[in-house]
Amino acid sequence: MREIGGGAFVLATALKAIVFFTLLMVCVALATYVERRLAAFVQDRSGPNRVGPIGLLQPVADGLKNLLKEETWPAAANHAFFLLAPALAMIPATVLFAVIPFGSPLPTRWGFVPMIVADVPIGILYILAIASLGVYGVVMAGWSSGSKYSFLGGLRGSAQMISYEVGLSLSLVPIILLAGDVRVPAMVTLQQHYPGDSATLGTWLLLPLLLGAFFVVVTSLAETNRLPFDLPEAEGELVGGYHTEYSSMKFAAFFLGEYAHLLTTAALITVFFLGGWDIPFWQGDNIRVLSDGTLAGDPSWWKTLLTLVAFSVKASLVLGLFMWIRWTLPRFRYDQLMDLGWKFILEFVTIYILVIALAVYTLDRSGVEYGWTYAGVLTGVNVVLAGLLFIGFDRGRLLRGAGQRAEREARRGHMEARRRVREAALAVVSGEGAAPEETGEVAPEGGR
Amino acid sequence: MTEFFFFLFAAMAILSAIFMVTQANPVASVVYLVVTFFALSGLFVILDAHFIAAVQVIIYAGAIMVLFLFVIMLLNLGSGVPADIRRGLARVLAGSVALALIVVLTRLVLGDPGTEALDPSALASVLESEGAVRALAEPLFNRYLVAFEVTSILLLVAVIGAVVLARRRAP
Repeated sequence: MREIGGGAFVLATALKAIVFFTLLMVCVALATYVERRLAAFVQDRSGPNRVGPIGLLQPVADGLKNLLKEETWPAAANHAFFLLAPALAMIPATVLFAVIPFGSPLPTRWGFVPMIVADVPIGILYILAIASLGVYGVVMAGWSSGSKYSFLGGLRGSAQMISYEVGLSLSLVPIILLAGDVRVPAMVTLQQHYPGDSATLGTWLLLPLLLGAFFVVVTSLAETNRLPFDLPEAEGELVGGYHTEYSSMKFAAFFLGEYAHLLTTAALITVFFLGGWDIPFWQGDNIRVLSDGTLAGDPSWWKTLLTLVAFSVKASLVLGLFMWIRWTLPRFRYDQLMDLGWKFILEFVTIYILVIALAVYTLDRSGVEYGWTYAGVLTGVNVVLAGLLFIGFDRGRLLRGAGQRAEREARRGHMEARRRVREAALAVVSGEGAAPEETGEVAPEGGR
Repeated sequence: MTEFFFFLFAAMAILSAIFMVTQANPVASVVYLVVTFFALSGLFVILDAHFIAAVQVIIYAGAIMVLFLFVIMLLNLGSGVPADIRRGLARVLAGSVALALIVVLTRLVLGDPGTEALDPSALASVLESEGAVRALAEPLFNRYLVAFEVTSILLLVAVIGAVVLARRRAP
């Protein structure tokens, strides 16, 4: 079976673009709801639960509210760029969706339809190119608002996004090393298990490239401006960051862009490290496009549907991880953020690429073919490196900002005093029978 | 279809390049230059040079122009910046340089290109069999390795030079 061509191809592509864009926007709306419910769960409250069943229509209400609110035009704003910025924030995040394979190819009477909007020959490079444009929305919004808070947010955003883009691009290199190709669907094929075929690795890349996945997640958090890296919109310092001056739908565009970016990032991590639409322990979904354009395997519509579900489940899990991180970790300080990006992630990822390249070279030279042995050796290398990273390096030594070493000494004395106060308080309170949880409040603040 | 997109991107490139020069506001100039890079990248895609197209966007639109924008915004250069070329003689000189450039370029376009034109179908088949990146990487890291490495050393020297120049001198 061959891919559909001619007019049918144009029609199918247009249809796919419309369907996937609609799906993306629906998922964005749902993601805002899920995020708020999750935040509520973490903070032990109910969250939005009034509009519709269990609050599911809350995003609709939010959208309506944003549409009906007044558009504000700050007096100091540069109007043309002020209007351009929300669009620039939203477009890259949505366009990125075009290269993500969602499911196995769908067979039709005229040929198969790949479940990817555009299978561009430069795959990962396209992703990097488009992702690097996301910064314009932030910079533009910050500058054109004519407000100091917005401006600071825009400057922070651009510096942060440029810095972490380097780390993100480099952490994707090991994947390209293993795949030998930059097309995105090739990543899925690489992670599928073809018994007796030495062209694919057969396992999800999460294990053979454990540290790569870790760095991709960390740098992606910084790229999407999410906690713990949400300094461009740090509300404690900058009111609302680069979109302080925006209201109604223009603000909503930033919001949509942010969540669309988050969803695409989750989808990309799924494709790179969790096998994409591959269903684990089942060879029925072994469907791939051969180099001569024909389809190998046994495609059918229900397989496409099943793989679509598998993909959604995996992407949702990654999304859940991002949300969980957001409501768990506190914000970095700006100098810590820059130290982490330039003095640690960049160096370590470079070393990581060298180690992986050496491992791949050695394995290829010693005649080991792609398969579980290959993946196992790489996993071992990664576990050793991860041990070095998490136990050897980080004891608060590298990520510690200037002046904190002295602070630590001071804190030691402080903790001692705090412990003594708490013990004294406990002794007093337990005699009177009050709840022991509240005794922590007696200790002096400021120790952090 | 291809011709339509060629003329679309070509018109986009030329118009935005003209706007880039004529805008008084430096931020607008930067934005128009980014649009120009995009249009050029589109032209590269039409030529089946996907890798160059991607690199064009990653390096120029995604990194260098962001730094330009960053510096312009940081220095807050408004639209009241006086033009560089003010006096009569300077204008005549600048105009004649531009004219000479146009003459040279026209001659290049109209005359013999001097190199053998590559068959488009050959390029497409290479793209099909080797992929967009390998077709470029093979010669770059084998045949032209020395030139490639020397170029990167040149860039490194430039970076170190910038650091040395920008460093505060000890009192």
